[in-house]
This record gives sequence, C-alpha cells and structure tokens, in this order.
Amino acid sequence: MTEVNIRKSPAKFSIPKLSSNVWKVWQRNADVFRKTIGVNFLPSMLEPVLYLFAFGFGLGGFIPEINGVSYINFIAPALVAISLMHGSFLDCTYGSFVRMYYQKTFDAIVATPISLEEVVAGELLWGATRGVINSSLVLVVIAISGLFTAQPLITAPYFLLIPLIAFFGGLMFSAIAMCFTAIAPNIDFFNYPMFLLITPMLFLSGTFFPLSSLPQTAQAIALTVLPLTHIVNLTRSTLTGSTETLLSLNTQTLIPLGIIWIIIIAAIFFLLSINLMKKRLIH
Amino acid sequence: MEWNIFSQETRDVIIKATGLTKRYGDFVAVDGVDFEVYRGECVGFLGPNGAGKTTTVRMMYCFLPPTSGNLSIAGFSVQADDREIKCVVGVAPQEDNLDVDFSVVENLVVYARYFGISKVDALKRADEQLAFFQLQEKRDMSVEALSTDMKRRLIFARALLNNPQVLLLDEPTTGLDPQVRHLVWDAIRQLKKLQVTIILTTHYMDEAEILCDRIIIVDHGKIIEDGKPKELIKRYIGETVLELDYNEALIPIIKETFSDARVEVVGELMQVFTPKPYGVFESFLHEHRIQNFTIRKANLEDVFLKLTGRGLREVD
Repeated sequence: MTEVNIRKSPAKFSIPKLSSNVWKVWQRNADVFRKTIGVNFLPSMLEPVLYLFAFGFGLGGFIPEINGVSYINFIAPALVAISLMHGSFLDCTYGSFVRMYYQKTFDAIVATPISLEEVVAGELLWGATRGVINSSLVLVVIAISGLFTAQPLITAPYFLLIPLIAFFGGLMFSAIAMCFTAIAPNIDFFNYPMFLLITPMLFLSGTFFPLSSLPQTAQAIALTVLPLTHIVNLTRSTLTGSTETLLSLNTQTLIPLGIIWIIIIAAIFFLLSINLMKKRLIH
Repeated sequence: MEWNIFSQETRDVIIKATGLTKRYGDFVAVDGVDFEVYRGECVGFLGPNGAGKTTTVRMMYCFLPPTSGNLSIAGFSVQADDREIKCVVGVAPQEDNLDVDFSVVENLVVYARYFGISKVDALKRADEQLAFFQLQEKRDMSVEALSTDMKRRLIFARALLNNPQVLLLDEPTTGLDPQVRHLVWDAIRQLKKLQVTIILTTHYMDEAEILCDRIIIVDHGKIIEDGKPKELIKRYIGETVLELDYNEALIPIIKETFSDARVEVVGELMQVFTPKPYGVFESFLHEHRIQNFTIRKANLEDVFLKLTGRGLREVD
C-alpha cells in the first residue's frame, strides 16, 4: 500500500471511474428543477416563441421559399437546435458554476461516497437532460404554431428522434460548457464563450439563413468548428425530411457525418471537462 | 490513572497517520506528521490559523489528497479506498455548504440519498436529527431563512445521517451563542457514549479541555504536542496562575519567593505560573499590599499560548 502515494497524482489525465452514483447527482438537479418549474418553464419557452413570431410569421412574409420550404418552415428546426444548445450550455456554465463556486454544493457532495468525477458526470447528464426538456417544449410550440401556417411545421415522421438528438447534442454542449466552468476565474468570464461562441453559432450555423449561400470556406468552417451546424442538420432533416446541401454533400452524407462528429466531440469534451474539473478542485 | 487499565496496545486504532504531508508548491501545510486515534476517542486538533488543522481534517475525508505519507481510517487508505472511508465518516465542515436550493428536511433527505439510504429511512433519520437539534419547527423552511446557529445545527445533523464511526468537526462552534454551543457539546458527549470517534478542531480552549480526551497541538504543519489536557497543563504550566498588573520591581521578589514559579509579561499584565495550589500566593499578596490580582487554575489556553504564542515576552 506504499506505492499508492506515487500513483495518485491528481493532475494526471485519466478515464473517470463512474458508478450509478452519477444518477444521484442528476436526481439532485432534477429535484431542484421540479421545485422551481415555474421559473424554469416560461423563460425557456418564451425565447423560441419570440423567434418564431418575429422571424417566422413577421419577417418570413417578406422572404421567398428556401430550398422549397417557406421561411418559417426553414427556421423552426433551427429553433429546436438553438433551444437545446442554450438549455445545456447555460446549465453547465452559469448553473454549474453557481453550484460549484457560490453554493459549495460539489464540496458537500464529495464528502459522501460520491466522487468528484461522478459529480461532474451527473452535472453533464443533467445538462443534457435540460437540452431534452427545452427542445421538447419547443417542439410542442412548433407543432401548435404549425396549425396556423400554410404548411405544417413538422412534416417528416422522424420528429420522435428529437429527444435522442437533444440528449447527445445536449451532452456535447454541456461538456464544452463544463470545460469553460473548469477554467472560469469568476462568473463574468462566461461572457467570452457566450459572445464568442454561442452568439456566432446562433446565426452562422444554417439557422436563420441557408449556410449554402455563404462561400465554401465558410461552410467548411461551420462544419468543422461550429457544433450547432450538425445539430441543425439533424433537427432539420428530422422535421422537414432533408438538410441543406453543404460543400456538395447531401443529406445522406451530412447526417452520418453529423452523428459521428457529435459523438466524437461529446466524448472528447466529456473526458476533458471531468479532468479539468479535477484539476481545478482537487489540489 | 485508572485510565491506564486500557493499555494502548489492546485499544483499536481507527485513524493512523504516518509521515503525512501536504504541500502546495513550496508551502508545506502539513509536514510529515504521525499520529494515531483510538476508537471512541475524542481528539482535539488545536493550533493557530494556518497551522494545518483543517488541511489534516480534509485529508481524513479524502477531500484533499496527501502529497506523501500514509493516512488510514478504519483500515482503509485515503489514497486508495476513498469511497469506503466516506461511508463511515461524517463531516461537519467549517464553511456553510448547505444546499440553498432545498428546504431544511430536503437537505437531509437529499444528502442521505448520496449515501444510498432509502427515502423511508432517510425521512426517519432526518426527523430524528431535526428533533434532537431542535429544528422541527424549521423543517419545511428554506435553509436561507435559517440563522447562523440553526445552519450550524443542521450541518451537524447532516453529518450524523450515515451513522458515522468517525465524526470530523471542523470548528463546530465558531460563531455560536452560548446556548447553542452547549447543545453541540451535549451532542458530542452523547456520541462519545456511543463510541463514535470524534476529531475536532477548535479555537476555544475551554471547549477542547471539556470535550477532548486528548489534544494534538499543531503549528507550522507539525505536531508540537500530543497528550491529555490535564497532563499537558500540569507538564507545561503547573497548577495555579496568578495574574497581576505589570510592576518590574516585583519580578525579582517573585522569583526569590517562589523558586519553582515562572513569570511571564503579557503587555500590562504579569502572569506567575506555579505547580503549587491556590493558597501559595496569599502571604505574598498580603505582604506587598497587592489589591488588583486574579488567581485561577492553569488551563489549556496557557499551554497553547506557551507552545505557540508569538508576541509573548518570556522573562527568565
């Protein structure tokens, strides 16, 4: 038992050892969400509803069809993607930072048989769950709004896959967010990822105008470094039946490419975020 | 001395540290300490701020990994078996880390769930603890609505939910009013009867003297003394302390009159320590017509100040 001293160096990168304890952390956040459902429910609904009305119903009247669909049909799937990005990213930046830094919730939990790795993994799973909740709510709003449009807003039968996409897409955004949380010196630091990553993605990922109208270089950049692009491709194909054609790649190529891209990025940032959090919190 | 019939060999060592070290860069917070704690013992860690008390306690519940050395709790190593250790340890940390998103009772139930305690059991234990710590009336209130006192009590209650074998209390009574301190002391005494091993850090010497079977005094990351409170007082201070206003002329007279006494000057005050009982000073005080004085029993604070005290000028 003497060699354990050398073995356990807290800074070393490692694969986390996780158990069912992860769900106890998830449950804690789910319990809080249930208690505060009133304040959680409305804001996450309001933003996509405003976009749908302002851009879809308002601006959309002045815009011709895009790839054979009306403007509101074009942006509706993007709103689902944006809502899951916001839900997961906000929870694992501001939400996790408050729990870690101000409320000392992580400190309290790691005094019980739950490890820090499991705390962070539980936070990430909860962040993914927020993505599922938000996008499902927006899906309902879109389905209802579709009753007032010329063409229903949900045309493809694959929309039932949205929660699955939201879970993995949400996990990816949560893990990226958690990396920022792990290095954030204070809560204002999150202005950087919000303005430099989330806001550009909000507009440059084939959300409110077709990415195919931008030069090929921009399309390549969006597909390489903007995670939301792949999520939008997935939600758009599940709600309308096809994606845009980007870099001469059609739906049949973009969908598997997107799934693989999301899984790889989610896995990398999942491991990275847990290790960065250990580096931050275990001295 | 009847205490010695439990010879140390036959007693069960529950915490054992050997060469335990915690380093932050160049700063050594805990510097190769060795100590043992026996099952059912209440041990107080005393030391000035920054001496390494809290760091030591945090290593005991695997919150901080040691830089080197070994630390085992109930036969488990903190480096390898953190989950096993955290199952048998209860922690009341110094800072308030109650979950502000939950009510008082929810704090306990959710915390019990982290230990895998079923909801039915968790509610039962939570209500028992709330009753003991006189928090039933606050049961469904938000923890943010609690006073500092009540928060401390709730943290203490939370530390007991998993029926710990070892209870770690990091400054459990700092900032509490006297009534609540007594409530906490009472809880500690009851737990001692149940053979729960208790590690306590505190700045209050009276608290340590009353509650602890043994005191470990630390400074600059090292253990500078380890012993029973009464023995330490006897060894370092003696029996009786006379305190009187500073008067340089009296010092040689005192030294002549009481050959075994020690004199210290603390600001405007002189302290005379002697192994003799109370009455020894009477004729001296009468003879020199000293009106302004206090005679008291030597206590742990005298030991603490002697061993760690800076800013004290010793006269020899």
